[in-house]
Amino acid sequence: MNPILRATGITRRYGERIGCADIGFDLYPGEVMGIVGESGSGKSTLLNCLAGQLTPDAGSILFDSAQQGVCDLLTLSEMQRRTLARTELAFVHQNPRDGLRMSVSAGGNVGERLMGVGARHYANIREQALSWLERVEIPADRIDDRPSQFSGGMQQRLQIARNLVTGPRLVFMDEPTGGLDVSVQARLLDLLRGLVRQMGLSAIVVTHDLAVVRLLADRILVMKDGQVIEAGLTDQVLDDPHHAYTQLLVASVLQA
Amino acid sequence: MYVAVKGGEKAIDQAHAWLAEVRRGDQNTAVLDTAQIRDQLTLACNRVMAEGSLYDPDLAALAIKQARGDLVEAIFLIRAYRTTLPRFGASAPIDTGAMTCIRRISATFKDAPGGQLLGPTFDYTHRLLDFTLLANGEAELAETERQTLNEPLARVSDILGKDALLQPEPSGNEEPGDLTRQPLAFPADRALRLQSLSRADEGFALCLAYSTQRGYGRNHPFIGELRVGHVEVSMEIPELGFSIVIGEITVTECETVNQFVGSRKQPAQFTRGYGLTFGHTERKAIAMALLDRALRWEELGEDDTGAPAQDAEFVLSHADNIQATGFLEHIKLPHYVDFQSELELVRRLRAEAEQ
Amino acid sequence: MSAYNFAYLDEQTKRMIRRALLKAVAIPGYQVPFASREMPMPYGWGTGGVQVTASTLVPEDRLKVIDQGADDTTNAVSIRRFFEVTAGVETTTEADRATVIQTRHRIPETPLQEGQIIVYQVPIPEPLRFLEPRETETRKMHSLGEYGLMHVKLYEDIARHGEIATTYAYPVRVGKSYVMDPSPIPKFDNPKLNGSPAIQLFGAGREQRIYALPPWTPVKSLDFEDYPFDPSRAAGQCALCGSTSSYLDEVITDDSGGRMFLCSDTDYCARRVQEGA
Repeated sequence: MNPILRATGITRRYGERIGCADIGFDLYPGEVMGIVGESGSGKSTLLNCLAGQLTPDAGSILFDSAQQGVCDLLTLSEMQRRTLARTELAFVHQNPRDGLRMSVSAGGNVGERLMGVGARHYANIREQALSWLERVEIPADRIDDRPSQFSGGMQQRLQIARNLVTGPRLVFMDEPTGGLDVSVQARLLDLLRGLVRQMGLSAIVVTHDLAVVRLLADRILVMKDGQVIEAGLTDQVLDDPHHAYTQLLVASVLQA
Repeated sequence: MYVAVKGGEKAIDQAHAWLAEVRRGDQNTAVLDTAQIRDQLTLACNRVMAEGSLYDPDLAALAIKQARGDLVEAIFLIRAYRTTLPRFGASAPIDTGAMTCIRRISATFKDAPGGQLLGPTFDYTHRLLDFTLLANGEAELAETERQTLNEPLARVSDILGKDALLQPEPSGNEEPGDLTRQPLAFPADRALRLQSLSRADEGFALCLAYSTQRGYGRNHPFIGELRVGHVEVSMEIPELGFSIVIGEITVTECETVNQFVGSRKQPAQFTRGYGLTFGHTERKAIAMALLDRALRWEELGEDDTGAPAQDAEFVLSHADNIQATGFLEHIKLPHYVDFQSELELVRRLRAEAEQ
Repeated sequence: MSAYNFAYLDEQTKRMIRRALLKAVAIPGYQVPFASREMPMPYGWGTGGVQVTASTLVPEDRLKVIDQGADDTTNAVSIRRFFEVTAGVETTTEADRATVIQTRHRIPETPLQEGQIIVYQVPIPEPLRFLEPRETETRKMHSLGEYGLMHVKLYEDIARHGEIATTYAYPVRVGKSYVMDPSPIPKFDNPKLNGSPAIQLFGAGREQRIYALPPWTPVKSLDFEDYPFDPSRAAGQCALCGSTSSYLDEVITDDSGGRMFLCSDTDYCARRVQEGA
C-alpha cells in the first residue's frame, strides 16, 4: 500500500528560532496520526506546513491525490492546491469561528463546499446538509439558524460536518476539542472516532491532550523544541515511553 | 389622463439660475473679490490646494467663491480642472531641508539648532470671538518681530539619524507610481500610500489618526519636527540639459518619531511617520504622518491589531472625499427602477406569508 | 468650450481608456483596472460611463442617454447635454437610431442591433464585494474561479425567503468564466444581456474598472437547477401604451393609495402610443 501522505525534511524557521526541523513520516490510508507536545514544541507549525497554511523553508509533502495522482503539495499551483483543499483535504480549526461563516446559516455552511465544487440543485444540497447535521447530532430544525446561536460544542460539530460533506480523504485537526467542557469533549471525541472509522478517513490530529490521541490516533509523534523525539504506535508509546520527555508527559497526565 | 413627468431640461436650467442667485446673495452687500478670499481666507485656499492637488491660490479662491464656500465642492472643481491639464513632466524632488521656514517646532527637544519658531499659529490663542472683526474693524497691527529662517535648518530627524537612533529610510532612484495616472492596486507601496494620504480628506485623516492615539493601532508618536515654509520647485529641462527653478510653493512637512523596534541582534531604533502637504495645512500633515506610520506595521514587523488605521485597503479606498461625496450623494439620483423591483418582491413575499 | 478636446477628454486619456476597452472586450467579464479621471460630474453619477462614451464617440455618432429607462430624467438630460456641448454629436431618443447608448439602470425594450454600442454606468463593479470586501481577495477568487460563495448567498435567500431575493444587479456568469455584475439593471433586463448583437461596455469611474461583453457573448444569470432564474415582472399594463410585456414604473396618483403603471422606457412607450394613434 502506498502512503497517502509522505512528508520529508519539513523545516521551518522563524528568523533564528526553529519552528520545526527536518521532520519526515509516512501516513497510510485510514490511519490517524497524533502529534503531541507542549505549546512551543513546533506541533502547530508542522501542522500548518502540512496543511498549506505556512510555507516551510525546506522539505516535500507528497500527497496521493485521487484526482491528480501523487503530487507535492508545496509545488502545486494555487489553483490546484485550493481545489484539493475543497475536495480531498479538510481542516478542522480549534476555534470554530475560524472554520465557519458565522453570518451564514448552518445549512449554508455545510452546503458551501458542495456549491464550491459545482452542486447547483438546491433541494439536493439541502438534503445533504440535513443528513450531515443528523450525523453530527444537530437537530434538523436548526438548519436555518446561524452558528452564532449555537453552543461551542455544536459549533465544533457543525465545523466537522462542513469539512466532511465533500468526502475528503485526509483531515487535519488542530486541537479539535480544545476550549470545550470535559463532558462536551467526550461526546465530540466519540463522534469523531465514529466518523473516522466509518469513512475510512486518514487524519493528522495535533493536540496537547494525551487522552485525545489515545482515543483517536493509531500512531503518534512526540515533539519537543521543533524535533520529533519519539514516534510509534500510540499504545506502545504511551504505555512504555522511552524518551525522558515522553515519560514526563505521560506521568503528568496520570498525576492530574 | 396621466402624463409622465417631463421637463428635466427646464428644471435643471431653473435650478442653475437659482443657484447663481443665492451664490451672489444679497445684492446690497459688496461682491466678494477672489483676491480677498486668497489673502484673507488663506487656510481655506490651502486646504483646497492640498486636497485638490493643484498648487494655485488664485484658482483655489475662485473655486471657493464659485462653491459658495463649500470646500469639498471647491476641491471637486479644482480636481476636475486639474485632470484636463497637459503634463509636461515631473519636477525634481523638493528639498524641504532648504526650506525658508515661517514656522518650525519640535516636540522632542527643548531646543534644536536654529531654535523653535512659532510663526503664525492659532496654538496659543484663546478661542474667544473677536467682536472687533464683527464690526469690520481691525485691531491695530502691532509691530511684530517677524523672523523667517532663511538659513537652511538641520532637520531633527537628521540629528537623530546621525547617532543611528532613528531608522534610516531607504533611498532609491526608481520612479514612484502616479496615483492619478495608474489605478490604485493593492498592496500599495509607501510612495503610493503617501500620495493618497497627501490628498486625502482632512476630516477623514484627522479622525482616523485620532483613533490611533486612542488605541486603535497605537504607535506612540512625538512630533519630531513640524515645519512650514517656502521651497523652490525645479525641473530638469531636457532641451537645456540642466534644471531650472520654475517657482516657489509653500508646504507643510511633519516628521513623527515613533516607538522603537529592535531585538537582541538589532539595536533599538525609533521609527518615523511622514506627512507632506501643500500650503499651511498642519493638522492634515500631522494626521498624515500618524497614518503613514500606522500603515507601516507590516514592514516594521509589528502585529496587525485589526485597527482600521492599519488596513491600507480600508484607508486608501475611503480617503478621497471626491470619490466619497460623489458616491454618497448619488443616492439622490432616481433609483425607482431598482426600487420597483424590490417593491414587487416584498409585496409578493408578504402575500405568500399571509396565505 | 473650445478649450476642451472633442468629447472633453484629451486624446492621451482616450487612448488609455481605449486600451482598457480592447482588453475588456478580449476577456469578456474581466474587470480591467484603468486610471479613471476626475470628471466634471460627481463620482457615482456616471463618470465611468461618461469616460467610456467619450472614448468611444466619433463625430458621426448619434447618442442616446437614458436613466431609469427614460430620456428626460435629470441625470440623463445632464449627461446628454454634456456631450452635445463637448462633442457636438447628434443626439436622439430613438433606441434604434442611436449608434451609442449610455444607460443607467435599464436596457431599452427595443432590441439592440449589430453595430450599436451600449455603455452601462456601474457603481460597484465587483459582484463579490458584499460577500468579501477585500479587493485583493476578490481578485484571487475571480482568477481561481472560486464562486461557491456566490451560490451560498443565493442558497441563503431561498432558505430564508423561499426564492432568490435579488431583484436588481443580479449576478451573471459570462460564458464559462467570470461572474459579472450587470450594473443595477432590474433582473427583468438580464436576458437581454445574453447573446446581444450589440457591443456592451461597462464603466465604473470611482472604482476604476472597465469590463465588456463582445457581441453574441453567452451570459447566464446565476441560479439553481430547481430554482431557475425568473426574470418576471409584476402583472400590469402600461396606462399610456397598454404594453403588457415592458418593464413598468409604479406611479402614485393620489394620497389615498391610487396608483398606475407606466413603461419605464419612455421612447418605447411614446412610439407605441404614436403607432396606436
